[in-house]
Amino acid sequence: MSTATRIAASRSTDQPLVLGLETSCDETGVGIVRGETLLVDAIASSVDEHARFGGVVPEVASRAHLEAMVPTIERATREAGVRLSDLDAIAVTSGPGLAGALMVGVAAAKSLAVALGVPLYGVNHLASHVAVDIVEHGPLPEPTLAMLVSGGHSSLLLVPDVTDDIQSLGSTIDDAAGEAFDKVARVLGLPFPGGPHIDRMAREGDRVAIDFPRGLTTGRDMERYRFDFSFSGLKTSVARWVQAREAAGEPVPVADVAASFQEAVTDVLTRKAVLACKEHGVMNLQIGGGVAANSRLRAMAQERCDAAGITLRVPRPGLCTDNGAMVASLGAQMVIKGRAPSDLALPADSSMPVTLVQA
Amino acid sequence: MSRVVLAIDTSTSVSVAVSAGADWAMGWSDDPRGHTESVAPLMRDQLASAGVSAADVTDVVVGNGPGPFTGLRVGIVSGLVFAHARGIPVHGMCSLDVLAQQALEHVREGEFLVATDARRKEVYWARYRVDPDRPEQDRAVRLTDPAVVRPADLPEEVRSLPTAGRGPVLYPELFPEPLAVLDVSAGVLTGLALQRLDAGVDLPVEPLYLRRPDALTTAERATP
Ligand SMILES: Nc1ncnc2c1ncn2[C@@H]1O[C@H](COP(=O)(O)OP(=O)(O)O)[C@@H](O)[C@H]1O
Ligand SMILES: [Mg+2]
Repeated sequence: MSTATRIAASRSTDQPLVLGLETSCDETGVGIVRGETLLVDAIASSVDEHARFGGVVPEVASRAHLEAMVPTIERATREAGVRLSDLDAIAVTSGPGLAGALMVGVAAAKSLAVALGVPLYGVNHLASHVAVDIVEHGPLPEPTLAMLVSGGHSSLLLVPDVTDDIQSLGSTIDDAAGEAFDKVARVLGLPFPGGPHIDRMAREGDRVAIDFPRGLTTGRDMERYRFDFSFSGLKTSVARWVQAREAAGEPVPVADVAASFQEAVTDVLTRKAVLACKEHGVMNLQIGGGVAANSRLRAMAQERCDAAGITLRVPRPGLCTDNGAMVASLGAQMVIKGRAPSDLALPADSSMPVTLVQA
Repeated sequence: MSRVVLAIDTSTSVSVAVSAGADWAMGWSDDPRGHTESVAPLMRDQLASAGVSAADVTDVVVGNGPGPFTGLRVGIVSGLVFAHARGIPVHGMCSLDVLAQQALEHVREGEFLVATDARRKEVYWARYRVDPDRPEQDRAVRLTDPAVVRPADLPEEVRSLPTAGRGPVLYPELFPEPLAVLDVSAGVLTGLALQRLDAGVDLPVEPLYLRRPDALTTAERATP
């Protein structure tokens, strides 16, 4: 399954033309931007191949990246109407992510750089999730507070400069938000990845039907883990609730469970994000990552930001999940700000810290 | 017009060669974790040493493996992408065939094996015969398909043939006749590929994994 979006090509040629490669998980993403304008975002996903395993299998993802790499690059340049020889730079996700998957993208990016004689930028996946909004909503306000919520991450970041200064305020201490959606979906018998299914089911359900726990939001936890998250207790509590129903021979009200679970997650996420904005005196919140596609999260974040006078930016869902455009966008910012390219000996770093924007 | 060939093999160590007629260069790295790091710098450096630019390259050749997956993919994707970016053909070659050709320095006749490290106490292997009637660059005829096996599961009369590759280094008691050839040479890969291309053989790029990914489907998990 694959999709590609074509956005009107930019006319200006004094802006750098940058190709970005993303292979940190199960999407092979190739995006091309000219400066702050998105030209194309081509994606090949192996998600269907993982579905029968009930989760992402690293080796399956890596094999799929190798197969999809050249066809996806080819599609991206064709749809953007550019030639590879026109590129000014290559950017690639060098971490964090699945080691074997990252290596396919990093090797491909380096080989492009050698073949074309252009500079290479190895960049942080999480920083790219923030930088993607530049091609969607224009230059990032500085500082911005970013909340990244995906299958692999849940972080609150203070971002004075997306090209070289990102500070971590907090992150999950156990499961990522998307992981919680996926695990709860499995408990409810919904297919993988579960987030979109829970989102859909929840529309029919009652969000206050069940009072699921809000992790790390009270008492001492709010001192020690002020901007951290915990979703594993919530997941367990949903599983127990469902098991108890089944044991009693009663039907499970799937829509109500989905809505109440989703309410607990989005309540914690938006509460802490708004609090972080207030305490750091930042009036701009940006949400990114796959879970940012969640309709309840978007609505609740909008309400709470409006109430607090915070400007909310959320890229459209296709740019929230992993993609190549976000990498290209960050790469273009690196070029615009005159940052030095990465070394050709750049490694893939599966546990690259979020505070390291460029490798 | 003569070919300028960029050859890359990452099925054993990392080996990169550039040959431009009489000018050629070859470099390698044996850092087992360093495939991703070393391939591109080696490509850049061998191009420079051979005195050609990326735009001069006419053909790319990669080793299809078999070899440990992660490292193998790094070489193959590097070759595929380079060729695509330059708009030139890319060819693939079984890496065991390259080691077999390298082994001809030490075996003059008869049959022999190539056995390389497949990790998990297994080797990738194939059986070969020297054919003196064939061209010098391509004289080892493969008799069996590349396969992965526990060395002890090979019949003794097979294991005791002269054996190239790291199999005998890892399992000396099981492969008693080692040949002094350990890792794939991208230079020999180039010669073998050119020979076969000139003979009109099609050389598709196709990673030889020889093992399924380690994972059970949800259906398999339900029925052990
Ligand atoms: N509408 C949604 N509501 C909640 N979660 C969602 C929604 N859409 C996608 N997700 C979740 O987003 C995650 C995938 O996001 P992505 O950014 O591609 O993450 P990663 O690559 O880190 O897994 C999955 O866990 C998926 O369930
Ligand atoms: Mg992501």
